[in-house]
Amino acid sequence: MWSFLHKLGSPPWLYAISGSILRWLLPLTLLALAAGVVWGLLFTPPDFRQGNSYRIIYIHVPAAVVALAGYYVMATAGAISLIWRMKMADVAMKAAAPVGAALTFAALFTGAVWGKPTWGTYWVWDARITSMLLLLFLYLGVVVLYEAYENKEAAGKACAVLSLVGTVNIPIIYKSVDWWYSLHQPASIKFTGDSTIDPSMLYPLLLMICAFYALFTCCLLLNMRAELLQREARTGWVRKLARGGE
Amino acid sequence: MSAPSTTRFCLRLLRRQLVLAVRRPAEMGNPLLFFAMVVALFPLGLGPAPEALAGFAPGVLWIVALLASLLTSDNVFRGDFDDGSLEQLLLAPQPLYLGVLAYIGAHWLVSGLLLSLVSPLFALMLNLPAAAIPALVCSLLLGSAVLSLVGCIGASLTVGLRRGGMLISLLVLPLYVPVLIFGSAAVQAAVDGLPVAPYLAILGAMVSLGIALAPLAVAAGLRISIDA
Repeated sequence: MWSFLHKLGSPPWLYAISGSILRWLLPLTLLALAAGVVWGLLFTPPDFRQGNSYRIIYIHVPAAVVALAGYYVMATAGAISLIWRMKMADVAMKAAAPVGAALTFAALFTGAVWGKPTWGTYWVWDARITSMLLLLFLYLGVVVLYEAYENKEAAGKACAVLSLVGTVNIPIIYKSVDWWYSLHQPASIKFTGDSTIDPSMLYPLLLMICAFYALFTCCLLLNMRAELLQREARTGWVRKLARGGE
Repeated sequence: MSAPSTTRFCLRLLRRQLVLAVRRPAEMGNPLLFFAMVVALFPLGLGPAPEALAGFAPGVLWIVALLASLLTSDNVFRGDFDDGSLEQLLLAPQPLYLGVLAYIGAHWLVSGLLLSLVSPLFALMLNLPAAAIPALVCSLLLGSAVLSLVGCIGASLTVGLRRGGMLISLLVLPLYVPVLIFGSAAVQAAVDGLPVAPYLAILGAMVSLGIALAPLAVAAGLRISIDA
């Protein structure tokens, strides 16, 4: 246990282990994404009211779910780096922010595209949509604050504080569709009780959600590796790597 | 000379901040002037029809108050950061949490409290129904305290940066949104003749939560800024 924690603090070890994880996770993710997209777009029945336009759900819902979860990842990594001063948690937090922002943007964009045929408008100031927009601003705030500091150690700590303060908003975003009666429908997938979505549509959706989690992990690890190389550019192991030796 | 007790320390700190503010009356008046001017822009931009203005008034007054609070929060720590007295505060034996709370309290007294007290004047200019004015003042009194608490978090994180001014609005505005929603909803409820108390209760809950947690974040932010 303790030796594992010690290793987790070592950049070369993290670089190596993330490389070997990515070697099988990346192809698996791409496979799951491809399978989910094909299944969702070609082999599920059309919705009886929305026809084929509902199929964007296979991008929209996974992106939104993982965008919210990504904030928790970022804030938890921030808390770990503040409390236990773990450098690698700091790297993870910095790496999670742009990925989360991209996913939030994807969720908003696909939502707008989906809104046009179903609601007749690209954008409404509905509770869920507005709060997702806020999530995007929270992510961008972390990215911008990190860039503003010249001392990168202080930047990491400042971003950790900011992301922890921002977590106050996350339960509000998560529950907004249940608390405020709005145009956006409440969650259809429930862990307890029956889901209000047909199994033939549910299973490809669940596959896509898993694939998006895997995609998030891949992007996070790739980002972390790039950040590690940048931070450790002057150390021996990076130089050795750059010369072509493992 | 022995160190003053914690209560005395905080009161002295609060008094110092207030004296500093009162000695610079122009700076203290700036948010009020800003408030007045921006309120005057809305009838010019939206047209002076009284009914239309009355419809916009709850939101407009709240947004302007929010911006005025945001603009002043950038300066809360800057002077003390530049002359080094902030470092003395961090080194003081008294808990930083309470010292920070004194700074935030002074900011609220100088910006939020004053704005809330003069807001009925601007409410009348925007044709807000008189029945909604008590709700406006109460919601601003509570809400501006949350704005000060959250704004100081942003200020503590950006005080060491040269171009902090723009950045603080990017960091803090998303966090201001819940306050804006419930604050303007309280005024709107009063306009529509609905009960206001639930909204004020939520704002009060935000104030309590903010007083408990925000100074911790500010203290951490100041430590980071001083170290950087």
